[in-house]
Amino acid sequence: MGIEINIKKGLDIPLSGKAKGKPETVKAELVGICPEDFPGYTWKCDVKPGDTVAKGSPLFHAKEAEGIKLISPASGTVEEIRRGERRRILAVTIRTGEEATLQIEADTLTDKLKLSGLWALMRQRPYDVVPAEGASPRDIFVQAFDSSPLAGNVIPTHIAEYLESGLEALKTLTKGNVYLAVRPGQGIRTKAAKVLDMTGPHPAGNASVQIAAVAPVNKGETIWTLDAGTAARIGMLVKKGYCDYRAEVAITGPAAEKPKKVVTEIGASLNVILKGELKEDASLRVISGNVLTGIKVNPTTDFLRFPYRQITIIEEGDKADEFMGWASMSPKKFSIKRTFPAFLRGLEKPFNFDARIKGGHRAMILSGELDKVFPFDIYPEYLIKAMKAGDYDRMEKLGIYEVAPEDFALPEFVDTSKQELQKLTRESLERLRKDS
Amino acid sequence: MSKLKEKIDSMKPLFEKGGKYQALHSVFDGFYTFLYTPNETSKSGVHIHDSNDSKRTMITVVLALLPCCLFGIWNVGYQHHLATGECGEFFCQFFYGLWEVLPQILTAYIVGLGIEFIVAQMRGHEIQEGFLVSGILIPMICPVSTPCWMLAVAVAFAVIFAKEVFGGTGYNFLNIALVTRAFLFFAYPSKMSGDSVFVSVGDAATVDGYSGATPLGQLATATPEHVEIFGVNGQPVDFMDIFWGLIPGSWGETSTFCILIGAVILLATGMASWKIMISAFAGGLGMAYLGYAVGNPTYPVTMLQPIEQLCLGGFMFAIVFMATDPVTSCRTETGKWIYGFLIGILAMTIRFYNTGYPEGAMLAVLLMNCFAPLIDWCVVNSNIRRRMKRLAA
Repeated sequence: MGIEINIKKGLDIPLSGKAKGKPETVKAELVGICPEDFPGYTWKCDVKPGDTVAKGSPLFHAKEAEGIKLISPASGTVEEIRRGERRRILAVTIRTGEEATLQIEADTLTDKLKLSGLWALMRQRPYDVVPAEGASPRDIFVQAFDSSPLAGNVIPTHIAEYLESGLEALKTLTKGNVYLAVRPGQGIRTKAAKVLDMTGPHPAGNASVQIAAVAPVNKGETIWTLDAGTAARIGMLVKKGYCDYRAEVAITGPAAEKPKKVVTEIGASLNVILKGELKEDASLRVISGNVLTGIKVNPTTDFLRFPYRQITIIEEGDKADEFMGWASMSPKKFSIKRTFPAFLRGLEKPFNFDARIKGGHRAMILSGELDKVFPFDIYPEYLIKAMKAGDYDRMEKLGIYEVAPEDFALPEFVDTSKQELQKLTRESLERLRKDS
Repeated sequence: MSKLKEKIDSMKPLFEKGGKYQALHSVFDGFYTFLYTPNETSKSGVHIHDSNDSKRTMITVVLALLPCCLFGIWNVGYQHHLATGECGEFFCQFFYGLWEVLPQILTAYIVGLGIEFIVAQMRGHEIQEGFLVSGILIPMICPVSTPCWMLAVAVAFAVIFAKEVFGGTGYNFLNIALVTRAFLFFAYPSKMSGDSVFVSVGDAATVDGYSGATPLGQLATATPEHVEIFGVNGQPVDFMDIFWGLIPGSWGETSTFCILIGAVILLATGMASWKIMISAFAGGLGMAYLGYAVGNPTYPVTMLQPIEQLCLGGFMFAIVFMATDPVTSCRTETGKWIYGFLIGILAMTIRFYNTGYPEGAMLAVLLMNCFAPLIDWCVVNSNIRRRMKRLAA
């Protein structure tokens, strides 16, 4: 029996376009790894165009900790080093070729993780960054489910068998506990970790919520979080000495032609996996990830981004002309407030969302609205004010170490004043980290 | 795309930076977003948003105020009829009232929104909608005979010194409508209280037994044996008259029934805190009972039945529409209980024991507006202490 945790504050946004059925395997022709997906380190590129790489070969190393690598998830040839403003590296792309897998050899498990790129797939609290070298985590939290809108499987079926050995391996890395957060009924049993049976709406799947329910992070403590897919990859690494870097991706969203699941390499080029998914002559927004925390991507030139699990396609909505929308009595406009009649038809039925922010940016007016979707012993409004003021001392006191930007996603969604809360949280955490 | 939108879109460059009318950018933007929901899409963070925005929020509050407003307009005409015997028809009473209060409403909106537009342009901000609510609230809590120039001065004072100097809607710590009312009360006391300001008599002759005193005004000067309330025509008034609001007073706040409709709208849409309403009502009721129990002829207002006590004056209006203003009330849930309760107690205390002010709701809310940040500070600090304790352990 696991530890039962029921989350009451939260919201499951009713979005249509859930991916169903068995996943089909799609071989990526081009993969790209974007260093900005791995905050906490400055990444130095180790390859140049034309280099041949195997599955597991390093592409980048961390400037601050040379042992930590970002690796190539596929074998082939380095095609391009894509750069943006001020020659910042946006991505390294690899044209896939003949199969070749690198055996990861190192003395300790920690070194194996760093070398295999799996270290970079973990995150640490505080700061929500790739774990710092040398710190020993108080506990490790593994998420076996994702509660965000339209999320698919967290554990790719083809590597699910390695989860147990992965959890066992993680146990050797902490003096505390390894926790595995599951939905009741998911049917996951383990002896290596303490199971957290999470019930309730999103953000029940967020690591911070699980940590807060067990024992919140205090200043000076470190906690590692990772999804169970990564834990299974660690298990495979331990057992086999190499890793399967393929991911199960759910292609979802109200504007997706045929929501489906595919198994493909992490960082796979989107134009292959999205073939036939995008409506012609529609203004669409393709998001790598979910609608709350995902990254807006270009479906023809960009890649699947961390955490490599989901694509969501919605209408952009920039061409809409909604006359006097503030007076609308349309039941199609979703709001958790009952100022719109949508609540009469039931807020569980799917709504068709587009990317408009549906209002203007304002100062905070309504009180208590953010608290309703923020299941922490934290006063979000006051933390936001401290973040806006750049008051480090007050941010610490109000609990910034206990949250990650993703925890402010639902507050950002419901916010009447349309503030950019995740961006604010990320910037504040970065400033705190750099000053510490 | 509709023809109208195409037309407006083609005008847009004229109002942007470098355009011919760039000085009117905020005004244009205000009207544009009024007509069409902005098409701005999210640039960072979440990709979809809840449909509720500041405009919808404010318009919902205005909607909740409408029953009180419409009733109040009619009641101005009805009180005129009682006082003079003229205008016996419903429509005549309604249009008489409308004719009397429309200039006030227009004055409040033109002055207040005018300042908002100018400030928005100076700061390069969008027009903020907060004054949509204040603009209708202000005339409603003033006597019907308030001259428009006074209203204009008071609105300008409140908007500039209670709101814009602090940064605009969302940053003010005092309720704008109440600051306007308090300014009028202290700057022009003779026009804000007494027997002759609450009923619009016009040029007509009054009926026999006429008195323009409000119920609370009558009681403040009553002799202890007479805790009876009379209407403007000298006839006694019963509880139902008070409940429906067929009495003189600041024109928008007499009808408890319409205030309750407003409360239902505010609570059903989630635009006001039920915690503040309930606790303020409880505080007021408790104090009314206490006052009644220790009723003292020196303070004749205490002699009123508690329920009547609550329905009279501006108390109900204040706890439903003023105390729940989210910007100036407590923002923490625990704080809301304390804040509301103290408003209830203070409002009644001032009404009972300060015979200089027949009604205390306005001052009670303004006073608690000042204390709201302190209450919140204490609540938030207890959270901080908990966190620090955990760290020390």
